[in-house]
Amino acid sequence: MTEQAAAAPQRGETSPVAEPMTGAQSLIRSLEAVGVETMFGLPGGAILPAYDPLMDSVKVRHILVRHEQGAGHAATGYAQATGKVGVCMATSGPGATNLVTPIADAYMDSVPIVAITGQVASAAIGTDAFQEADICGITMPITKHNFLVTDPAEIPRVISEAFHIAATGRPGPVLVDIAKDALQARTVFRWPPEHQLPGYRPVTKPHAKQIREAARLLTTSKRPVLYIGGGVIKSGATAELRILAELTGAPVVTTLMALGAFPDTHDQHLGMPGMHGSVAAVTALQKADLLFAVGTRFDDRVTGRLDTFAPHAKIVHADIDPAEIGKNRTADVPIVGDAREILADLIQAVQAEFAGGTTADYTEWWQQLNGWRKTYPVGYDAAPDNMLSPQQVIERIGQLVGPDAIYAAGVGQHQMWASQFLTFERPATWLNSGGAGTMGYAVPAAMGAKAGMPDTPVWAIDGDGCFQMTNQELVTCALNNIPIKVAVINNGSLGMVRQWQTLFYDQRYSNTVLHSGPEHDGVAQPAQGTRIPDFVKLSEAMGCVGLRCERPEDLDAVIQQAMAINDAPVVIDFIVHQDAMVWPMVAAGTSNDEILAARDVRPDFGDQLD
Amino acid sequence: MSKHTLSVLVENKPGVLARIAALFSRRGFNIDSLAVGPTEHPDISRMTIVVNVEDLPLEQVTKQLNKLVNVIKIVELDPDAAVRRELVLVKVRADSETRSQITEIVTLFRAKTVDVSPDAVTVEATGSSDKLEAMLKMLEPYGIKELVQSGMVAVGRGARSITDRSLRALDRSA
Repeated sequence: MTEQAAAAPQRGETSPVAEPMTGAQSLIRSLEAVGVETMFGLPGGAILPAYDPLMDSVKVRHILVRHEQGAGHAATGYAQATGKVGVCMATSGPGATNLVTPIADAYMDSVPIVAITGQVASAAIGTDAFQEADICGITMPITKHNFLVTDPAEIPRVISEAFHIAATGRPGPVLVDIAKDALQARTVFRWPPEHQLPGYRPVTKPHAKQIREAARLLTTSKRPVLYIGGGVIKSGATAELRILAELTGAPVVTTLMALGAFPDTHDQHLGMPGMHGSVAAVTALQKADLLFAVGTRFDDRVTGRLDTFAPHAKIVHADIDPAEIGKNRTADVPIVGDAREILADLIQAVQAEFAGGTTADYTEWWQQLNGWRKTYPVGYDAAPDNMLSPQQVIERIGQLVGPDAIYAAGVGQHQMWASQFLTFERPATWLNSGGAGTMGYAVPAAMGAKAGMPDTPVWAIDGDGCFQMTNQELVTCALNNIPIKVAVINNGSLGMVRQWQTLFYDQRYSNTVLHSGPEHDGVAQPAQGTRIPDFVKLSEAMGCVGLRCERPEDLDAVIQQAMAINDAPVVIDFIVHQDAMVWPMVAAGTSNDEILAARDVRPDFGDQLD
Repeated sequence: MSKHTLSVLVENKPGVLARIAALFSRRGFNIDSLAVGPTEHPDISRMTIVVNVEDLPLEQVTKQLNKLVNVIKIVELDPDAAVRRELVLVKVRADSETRSQITEIVTLFRAKTVDVSPDAVTVEATGSSDKLEAMLKMLEPYGIKELVQSGMVAVGRGARSITDRSLRALDRSA
């Protein structure tokens, strides 16, 4: 990520340029110069000047979305799938505020995107002008940085800085708000610009002493776990991770943001930790004597109740963001740096330890780990009465489509099942809203991914609740030759909320029934209820192929039918039974030691007496 | 809880104060006092922020502040090795009878009388929080009509400057 960004400004323009033009033209030239190939947006009054020269750009493809939120998530999906900076554009006021959710989402998941918004003319700023919103003020807490540009001469420098900030260090969203008069005014486009960022100096090179100490701890510990986060994917460190893991023989867990960082089929992989992680992964962290955390932030969904998390473990915490180290859990060995450089240095340091006669021996640890893995594999109960179970649908999609495809999920039960029952073998094949938990993420994110990776199959695994939030972007997909597949896991309810109502609210299904009106008690099957909306018809109306699958015996045929269609987006309405739940589960606010493998089934760790 | 004095060098740009204030509020840290003003370099402003936190949250405050792109440098000033001053302007009720007593207090604290009227005097004083507090305690019995106090400003003792290196960085990037 770091190197790509550093190289980016040189890609478009090779020799110094100084040409007179409008601010709007300067903006488009700047975007071309930093290497933007695809962007997502929707015009309006204040950004209108920028859309005129955009029409003539042969380097930048602008995809017209149906809602600005779609543009934002598409930029995020594009960035996560390609590793490049995603770009979205909107007008002032409501256009800009519609970007707030995807910006917050990208901030929580450290995704490099640049959002460009039009602003009312500089003389009108602060007067409550038509379509005015203080978008810099609004996005201050959810951007890595933002800019308000009123001087057209600043446009090239600000755009270049925005891309640099978004992509380097801990990546994140950057917003550039440009006043309409700055776009209209005459200026001189100068490239390359000189950055003026005296306060921005991300540290990428780890401290050698800390690396040696970390290597010593890793090789002398008895029960280590490599606790791997999304930073490993963002820094392109998956090859180094595999070398380090195989060199030491230590077990690996990958968080929700890191699925694909280490092959799921690798024997040293214990699965995902956290609220719906595997028993082996969650328990490994609890019983470990060393957590070797790389590019991860000890999020509450991973740690459960913090004061009981990994009580026996020393902590090595490596991250590009110094503020993450020690934020939730004190680190015994803090390492600030880029994950790839850290892991590369660690490989050498561990080799040096081995050369010096240290031998890492985790035999006993693996006996325990394998016991948990064998006794408590992630699984699911069959659906009743010849119905489809959601887990079976997702598992089968994964098996038929394979690990080379890109999968995007919404938020809720289907997201957790996708994390559990798809098999991830490669980085950047799993896109989801981890930190923010943004329902409606899947369709636009899949669209962005497919726009960036047109030769790769892209599947959105979505819920029927999520799907109803952002499906309008299927129109964008249909009209712009972005043939994604969408598997709607339709249980007729807001399934994750319903699961909590089942477990913690006496099965009182308040406002989680989607398939019927308020007269339905939420208990009676079948889940499909009124079929309002009819997802097949809805999809067809938006220019997609709409399919439906209701019975297990049709499952393979429908998936294969969808796979065979490549000239239009395909939506499959999978009618699944509504009572399936996500297991294992650590209830919110409780200790990871209280993990339940299934309802009322607490694993036997041999400690039931205490 | 203990008080810590942070000197923060920031770019002199619009919105920087808002970024810093917003960061404190959304991360749940309390600012005891904040003073901001220009420095010897026109592109740099300096904030003196007094926060009341334990050591661990302080580390988190500093790290989060450092992440702001407009923040150039943060130094925690050791109270024993820094000069720390606040300014207070206080309007005290004073008639012909009490005026001379008030003037005496003002002299004792090396403060200044900056305005006089038949019913009041206005006193200007600078100093450490302790000194100002002591003076105000002495003035209180006469009746304080109005009081305004600046945030603390502070500078480290000795020849070393925290701005030197930052200015060089700024010149390089400009």
